[in-house]
Amino acid sequence: MGRTFAMKVLGRAAGREVVPGEIVFVEPDIVLTHDNSAAIIAKFEATVPGGRVRHPDRIAIVLDHVIPADTGRDAAAQSRIRQFARTQGIANFYEMGTGICHQVVPEMGLCPPGSLVVGSDSHTCTYGAFNSFATGIDRTEAAGLWITGRTWLRVPDSICIDLAGGLRSRVSAKDLVLRIIGDVGADGANYMAVEYHGPGVSSLRISERMTVANMGVEMGAKIAVFPADGRTREFFQDRGASCTGTLWSDFDAPFSRTLEYDLGSIVPMVARPHAVDDAVPVSELPATPVDQVLLGTCTNGRYEDFAAAAGLLKGRKVSPRTRLLVAPASREVMLRCMNEGILQVLVEAGGTVIPPGCGPCLGAHQGVLAPGERCLSTANRNFRGRMGEKDSEIYLCSPETAAASAVTGEITDPREVV
Amino acid sequence: MAVFSYPQDDINTDLLFPGKYTYSCSTGPEIREHLLEDLDPSFASAVRPGDFIMAGANFGCGSSREQPSLGLKFVGVKAVIAGSFSRIFYRSAINQGLLLVECPAAVEAFEPGDEVDVDASMGLVTVAGKEFPFPALPAEMLRILEAGGLLEYISSTIAAEGGPN
Repeated sequence: MGRTFAMKVLGRAAGREVVPGEIVFVEPDIVLTHDNSAAIIAKFEATVPGGRVRHPDRIAIVLDHVIPADTGRDAAAQSRIRQFARTQGIANFYEMGTGICHQVVPEMGLCPPGSLVVGSDSHTCTYGAFNSFATGIDRTEAAGLWITGRTWLRVPDSICIDLAGGLRSRVSAKDLVLRIIGDVGADGANYMAVEYHGPGVSSLRISERMTVANMGVEMGAKIAVFPADGRTREFFQDRGASCTGTLWSDFDAPFSRTLEYDLGSIVPMVARPHAVDDAVPVSELPATPVDQVLLGTCTNGRYEDFAAAAGLLKGRKVSPRTRLLVAPASREVMLRCMNEGILQVLVEAGGTVIPPGCGPCLGAHQGVLAPGERCLSTANRNFRGRMGEKDSEIYLCSPETAAASAVTGEITDPREVV
Repeated sequence: MAVFSYPQDDINTDLLFPGKYTYSCSTGPEIREHLLEDLDPSFASAVRPGDFIMAGANFGCGSSREQPSLGLKFVGVKAVIAGSFSRIFYRSAINQGLLLVECPAAVEAFEPGDEVDVDASMGLVTVAGKEFPFPALPAEMLRILEAGGLLEYISSTIAAEGGPN
């Protein structure tokens, strides 16, 4: 019997053969935290007063959630994080404005193929796009890792998702992953590793793989992972990351379940409020006006996403019935979009650009909803109250659907725009 | 002893603790004010130490924020009994020293007003006098839980060995 990706990565980390279900102790290559580092510092200092972090070179801190600081309390917390990073010699500290952690970690080459990354953020699974074993933990565990460098992981069972063919025009990876989550369910991959296989994988660009991996946690997955290939190596070129540690499942690896998708059969999808797995084709929705459209976030805030949106918005205007927020995932993304005239198109159409960060996705600032309002968002979660008000609604969609809908003011199939 | 029953599946972390407070509330008393705010606004004032929560499958899905597990531990919830738990919440509960009991049969058997108790060492939930076994935690996690949480466990290891490893 062969071994899965998860068995190989955790076996290598544990220094022995492992099987699903067993607990292994591992030393992650990177421990990621963000604005929540302030609370983690408090835990760290309460446990080891005046102590040093065990491996400063394995810590990454990115300020992204509430940036620039919204209140005095946020500002003080961020100031404390900067000081801690300096005192502890944490070189991988990234100041606010660098971008969202899940964009910055790959840009800085911190999640190469075969690496083991844990992060105090549920969307840490994004790095599976790069063949990294990457998963979310809580703040307390991050504090423990700063102190000891070690944690335990249960070797997960694995699901195989086999992709064939290629996506059609104005259909994107977001539509694919919404379709998968709708089929699998919000807990259908709970505790499990989701592996993407098949000839369709090579047709997906890195940005598309990131969108798919990012949403793994929305079906409960511990990791969502792709094989490394030429696109992976090309991404990491000049980013100081080695691609030699790559691992992949054997042909006879044990999967608890296999699902097959023909990418050519995927259509534009939305997830209806208030569950990510309530996914339906856009064409099946009744007329659904939207008050706000959010284009960006760690799910769909990359160059390719804005390029696709700009293709639909060029020469058009955002409907007076709605408003469009544009949130690039990083400074690097923002600069490329500026240089190529994409931001120009989005702003001319009536979009409002907000800083490279999490923006209103978690309901803290920069575009929270009023009671009764409806937002169409390219983010990953539409839970009740997520964008600030219990009595508001969030629909999730692709950048193409977001752009088409910004023009019409209601949720619109992007294939209908001529 | 009271049982707060929320039989639906997929109770997510935004319902347990709204994301908009994630960066302004991190201590027990701050968290308590908003605990379960969008699920059951009466919970925070009604819950007492020793109470239980009963819920459906995939409890705690969504964010990795730890205010839900930290808050439930802080207010003294003795155990959350659910059909299943989302993995990050499951880890987080162990890290906070909060007992989770995965036992769909007990959840199904529960009727409002039933007496509930949990014996973690025996691996038994009792609902209205009827016993339901649940799988014991692996030894590694039990040690963390018994120490009262991950950092308490690490502190005790440092004290015992003069170093964290």
